[in-house]
Amino acid sequence: MPSSTEPANGSYGSDVTDMDTELTLGLPRDGGSKAVIAGAKRAFARTVGLGLGSGRGKQSRDVEVDDAAEISAASQVSSAGKVPASKTQVVGWPPVRSFRKKTLESCKYVKVAVDGAPYLRKVDLRTYNSYDELLRALEGMFNCFTVNGNVLEGSMVRDPAKGMEYVRTYEDDDGDWMLVGDVPWKMFTESCKRIRLMKSSDAAGIAPRTPKCRG
Amino acid sequence: MNYFPDEVIEHVFDFVTSNKDRNTISLVCKSWYRIEKFSRQRVFIGNCYAISPERLIGRFPGVKSLTLKGKPHFADFNLVPHDWGGFVYPWIEALARSRVNLEELRMKRMVVTDDALELISRAFVNFKTLVLVSCEGFTTDGLAAIAANCRFLRELDLQENEVEDHRGQWLNCFPESCTSLVSLNFACLKGDINLAALERLVARSPNLKSLKLSRAVPLDTLQKILVRAPQLVDLGVGSFVHDPESETYSKLLTAIEKCKSMRSLSGFLEVAAYCLPAIYPICSSLTSLNLSYAPGIPGSELTKLIRQCRKLQRLWILDCIGDKGLGVVASSCKDLQELRVFPSDPYGVGNAAVTEEGLVAISKGCPKLNSLLYFCQQMTNAALQTVAQNCPNFIRFRLCILDPTKPDSSTDQPLDEGFGAIVQSCKGLRRLSLSGLLTDQVFSFIGKFAEQLEMLSIAFAGNSDKGMLYVLTGCKKIRKLEIRDCPFGNIALLTDVGKYETMRSLWMSSCDVTLGGCKTLAKKMPRLNVEIINENEEMEECIDDRQKVEKMYLYRTLVGPRKDAPEHVWTL
Repeated sequence: MPSSTEPANGSYGSDVTDMDTELTLGLPRDGGSKAVIAGAKRAFARTVGLGLGSGRGKQSRDVEVDDAAEISAASQVSSAGKVPASKTQVVGWPPVRSFRKKTLESCKYVKVAVDGAPYLRKVDLRTYNSYDELLRALEGMFNCFTVNGNVLEGSMVRDPAKGMEYVRTYEDDDGDWMLVGDVPWKMFTESCKRIRLMKSSDAAGIAPRTPKCRG
Repeated sequence: MNYFPDEVIEHVFDFVTSNKDRNTISLVCKSWYRIEKFSRQRVFIGNCYAISPERLIGRFPGVKSLTLKGKPHFADFNLVPHDWGGFVYPWIEALARSRVNLEELRMKRMVVTDDALELISRAFVNFKTLVLVSCEGFTTDGLAAIAANCRFLRELDLQENEVEDHRGQWLNCFPESCTSLVSLNFACLKGDINLAALERLVARSPNLKSLKLSRAVPLDTLQKILVRAPQLVDLGVGSFVHDPESETYSKLLTAIEKCKSMRSLSGFLEVAAYCLPAIYPICSSLTSLNLSYAPGIPGSELTKLIRQCRKLQRLWILDCIGDKGLGVVASSCKDLQELRVFPSDPYGVGNAAVTEEGLVAISKGCPKLNSLLYFCQQMTNAALQTVAQNCPNFIRFRLCILDPTKPDSSTDQPLDEGFGAIVQSCKGLRRLSLSGLLTDQVFSFIGKFAEQLEMLSIAFAGNSDKGMLYVLTGCKKIRKLEIRDCPFGNIALLTDVGKYETMRSLWMSSCDVTLGGCKTLAKKMPRLNVEIINENEEMEECIDDRQKVEKMYLYRTLVGPRKDAPEHVWTL
């Protein structure tokens, strides 16, 4: 179970500072926190000798990181090039039973933004089995909109009150903004990172009349 | 009393149910000791390594109901290696060999194998109740043995166990003659379920009061089950997703309305918010609601639901309810006694949706609150002081700020004063978990005021040995102390070694105690097992006494060092 941690790609750019990339047993730290944290020294001292920090020679220990933390840290390294200090994982913290952690892990929350709405919402894509169910749920959430007729026709939502048209878009795991409905549902749930109902006046270049959504 | 025959005295003792009282009774005189000994039926063993099965059987040969706990609490959070111990098989074997007439077995954090389950099912003819909480090591094959062989099974309750699922037909293994089930909970199973077998089982269990389904049980099966079992008091819903326009859904509505005895709802392991209105009809009589495993229900739907649950005494929820949602709880659930708010993002720091505001609102609206587990983004001393004032009845107070050393979010001060207020106001406090920026001062408050405290969990807190010493000297009733990542060292550990014999256990990890300190303690106190858990291979070479110990777990015991410890666990 315990394993020493190495970053996924094993290399750091020269512009990456020591503190940014350390994987520690210590506390997640805010960049600008003024409070003297009793544990901060401890965290730093326990840094595994990746050539970083001050491993105490003989006393440097393997960082024991549970699997999920390792995956999380590794994916952050590979995608961002450095590990944001605030996301370093502390073993066994927060104190949530591993059974519960594993169960909740299988959720997939994405943010949903609607242009002009004062706040965002979050939905768990795993609770829906098709575009139809998702879009109906979104309709319920942002109930200033009505969906015209069949939800699957095109990716447009019309708000009669405001006289505006919205295009349903999502950001995929490559960071590109895509039209909702093009890919099969399963593929969508796996690649979708966030959803945005974009005012169609902003959506120049995305053809509103798209092929039918595949449920 | 001494002029009465034994049977009369025994009958009188039957009315004494608390084990503490029975322990006292057995000290009065030899004959009372003897009578009590043979009539004791319920035994609770909080640490399976504190005593051996043989001594248990010798002391209480008439034991019918046994509770066993194994791994230390921090094992829940991956701080204890998987193979540390807590094996139940030797216990079952010994009880079977001695022909103990075991009827009930409850276990927590134990390693339970299929062999153990099989042996239970064959050795104890009158076996009725099996409750497994946070256990591991078994598969659905073991459950099949229990189902097949325990002819009078009343209760099979699996809570949050790691079960290897062989896609069992284990439900099929309940014979047609088995009609005695009162409680069945298999919510933690991950694999497919034979739905037809489940329906038949429910149909022939007229005494079934509690049923908790796994995610694999869909809504249409639930509907059929409820038609068969409208007498259910406690229901755990598996999957709750269906087209609300369908006939199945309207049949479900009818079935639910007939469940007049329903008092407790949980599960919703898979749920579509638009299906929730189906349960509105029973909300007004619910006393317990656990939605902490229900992913993705928007706060607005949660509040719509909770508003109708005016009799709620226990609520377990995810933090996506938000502070506003907790405000709704506060205004609707005046009888609330227990609240648990879990993080919906268990890895997140800075993503929690509740703050001190939600807690203050709850304290204002729910004065009967006595048990709290609260994962939050931030906390303030002022909020804790308000809570302490509004709710003096806390028995359990567990606060977890997701950033474990975060100070008071409005003043940047440590949270010593806030927790101090809690322990001072809540004179009956038995369990406390701390978090946030904390100095030795908070421990001084705890030592001074927490007179009834039995269990204390500390993480990333304190400045010096004084902190731990305040607790050890001040808390007379402390039984379990668990500490991680605190600057407590040998002085704190060794100042009052006799204290540990009055406690069940002490856990210290990533603190400043050294191997030498632990050795000294072990030498002075032969009736303690001082275990060093060390997963670092380097320890083989450097056994320097000055080296800090990564994890130490010590506990009082009557049977000396255990023989089943793995290689990297040393008993000093």
